[in-house]
Amino acid sequence: MRRVTTLAAAGIAAALAITATACGASSTQSGSSSTSSSSASGGLKIGIAYDVGGRGDHSFNDSAGRGLDKAIKDFGGTAKELTALNTDTESDREQRLSDLATAGYNPVVAVGFAYANAVQAEAAKFPNTTFGIVDSVVPGKNVDSMTFATPDSSYLAGVAAALKSKTGHIGFIGGVDNELIKGFQAGFQQGVKATKPGDVVSAQYLSTGSDLSGFSSPDEGKAAAEGMLSRGIDVIYSAAGSSGTGSIEAVHDHPGAWAIGVDSDQYQEPGLAQYKSSILTSAVKNVDVSVYDLIKSVKNGKPLTGNNTYGLADGGVSLATSGGFINDIEPQLQAVEQKIINGQIKVSSQP
Amino acid sequence: MKKFAKIDKERLLLGIAAPVLAVVAAFVVTSLVLLATGKEPFQAFQIMASYGLKSDSQVYILNKATTYYLAGLAVAIGFRMNLFNIGVDGQYRLAAFFAAVVGGMVNLPGILEIPLIVIVSMLVGAMWAGIAGLLKVTRGVSEVIATIMLNSIATAIIAYLLQPGMLANLNSNTNSVQTTLLPKSGWFFTLTPNPAAGPIEGFIVVALLAGVGYWFVLSRTRFGFDLRTVGQSESAAEASGVNVKRMIVTSMLISGAVAGLVGMPALLNEAHQYSTEFPTGIGFTGIAVALLGRNHPVGIAIGALLWGFLDRTSNWLEFNGYDKEIVGVIQGVIVLSVVIAYEVVRRYGVGRQQRRVGEQLAAAARAQGQQQEVAA
Repeated sequence: MRRVTTLAAAGIAAALAITATACGASSTQSGSSSTSSSSASGGLKIGIAYDVGGRGDHSFNDSAGRGLDKAIKDFGGTAKELTALNTDTESDREQRLSDLATAGYNPVVAVGFAYANAVQAEAAKFPNTTFGIVDSVVPGKNVDSMTFATPDSSYLAGVAAALKSKTGHIGFIGGVDNELIKGFQAGFQQGVKATKPGDVVSAQYLSTGSDLSGFSSPDEGKAAAEGMLSRGIDVIYSAAGSSGTGSIEAVHDHPGAWAIGVDSDQYQEPGLAQYKSSILTSAVKNVDVSVYDLIKSVKNGKPLTGNNTYGLADGGVSLATSGGFINDIEPQLQAVEQKIINGQIKVSSQP
Repeated sequence: MKKFAKIDKERLLLGIAAPVLAVVAAFVVTSLVLLATGKEPFQAFQIMASYGLKSDSQVYILNKATTYYLAGLAVAIGFRMNLFNIGVDGQYRLAAFFAAVVGGMVNLPGILEIPLIVIVSMLVGAMWAGIAGLLKVTRGVSEVIATIMLNSIATAIIAYLLQPGMLANLNSNTNSVQTTLLPKSGWFFTLTPNPAAGPIEGFIVVALLAGVGYWFVLSRTRFGFDLRTVGQSESAAEASGVNVKRMIVTSMLISGAVAGLVGMPALLNEAHQYSTEFPTGIGFTGIAVALLGRNHPVGIAIGALLWGFLDRTSNWLEFNGYDKEIVGVIQGVIVLSVVIAYEVVRRYGVGRQQRRVGEQLAAAARAQGQQQEVAA
């Protein structure tokens, strides 16, 4: 056993030796040369750090990706796309942004509020790089905070649901019970109640807290929707990432019932084409517009900064009309939308 | 005495052979996967090596390894007793959450504040693991099932309490729900030998002490002897007067208390609060690290450093156009091949031992035969 102690001592000594000297160059030092070379070439280099799930989530991250794709098509340039993991610590997120900024990517777009603290820290270290953050407000002269008035679009979805429901019983399925999704529920409920005070809204969340599986479990979305449908609910609004596709599928099996989509215009989603006759409308959140705007502003040499809220007025959030299922109630919806824009209707973000 | 040293060396070699074999196998399999996807494997490994040795990478790896080491120790304590504590994940999250809540409520001098937070965390972790221990000895519930379920329950409890108006606040700017920030006195010290590389989290010292403590308790105390005996044979331990039930509960409590330390680097050294972004899943990494390290305090450290290295380089691989999932493949193959390699090496060792014993017996028989001849 003495051997073990000597080994342990040797191991610890080696570890300490490494830390004491922290030998060699740091990755940021060696990267600085590539920064200058890239800016010399003049092409737009866009760095984007996705939230957990990354590209292919049919929802939030994909929407940001669409904005990036469009920008590259219009302005040229290259992109570097990195993705978060559930085991990420603050230092992982900071590293991801710092790797991008060090390599000369500008702007660096962070998708999702989990990056808020990391953006604040890195924006201070890289004052010449423009950072973007979705769903969060972060101070900093070189930060574009992109937030969305999703309760407002959910309110409109609630109005549409109330007008279309025959049973007066309406369902809301949330992916994960975080503050952002609760805002969807709050706006939706308020919209229903304001239109038909007697209607009942039942809300259900697929997972809680740090368990983010509710955003990516179509089977659970389907089960939740089937439960609601069997209780006489005939309009279901799902703000649940890809779980919402399961809910839409379940609704499609019940003639006369309607599904309301979220984030993207889900009527137009190729993957959902066979169910589109049941998709009443979608509460669209145009993350792509905000990402595109930011890239464009950097390209034009006037980077967007500060808090940029995307609302109903500028089309940052909206109620999709494709399919024509809500054409008959369009005048009512437009009146409500106008009132929200005017401030006559105050939409709450707390259910 | 000389003979003992020789056997020890052989055992050590055999002990090291398995993890080394596993890591080599992992690199071979990964190379094949990379080749199959049309990428050059050696370049990928070179990217990993050169980036992983940068000074800031070293700091990152040490910081990550601190957390993984503690998780590995927590799992290993159970392993040594044949208890599979899958619940380290739930234990450390629940523990860190309550520690963050208590730490945010009081503002004491650092010398009291930090121990208070750490002790709360260890107590909560121990309590949560203890539930599984109690269920096992009183109702015969497998600790595997109990701890898995306790993981989910911990997630639900945290989700319920981590809400504005409960034990947390909403940061309306960032949309993050978080506990009250710890007072500055509750922030653990950091070491910065090289400013360009960033600070090394001071909790590494606690992790090293925990490793020494683990080694000492297991190999130098009666309790450790009892624990290992129960792990090797419950009935033999029972027969020699060890209270097996009490050992099960005690070792679950200790395993949970160490699990309570797992979240501390993230809490005391990094975020200083528990939020919806608190890292999850480290308990499962701990299982892999403990397996790789063969429950040995030095082995676990090497496993933790390797995992930290792989984590660090996965980000850079993604940056260089490789799929970061390739690191997941490496980690997965390491865990699989560790299990296989142990079995292969164990069989080889047993076979060797049998041959040697056979030879010795034969030699003894020959010698005896000769003696008899001489006597005749």
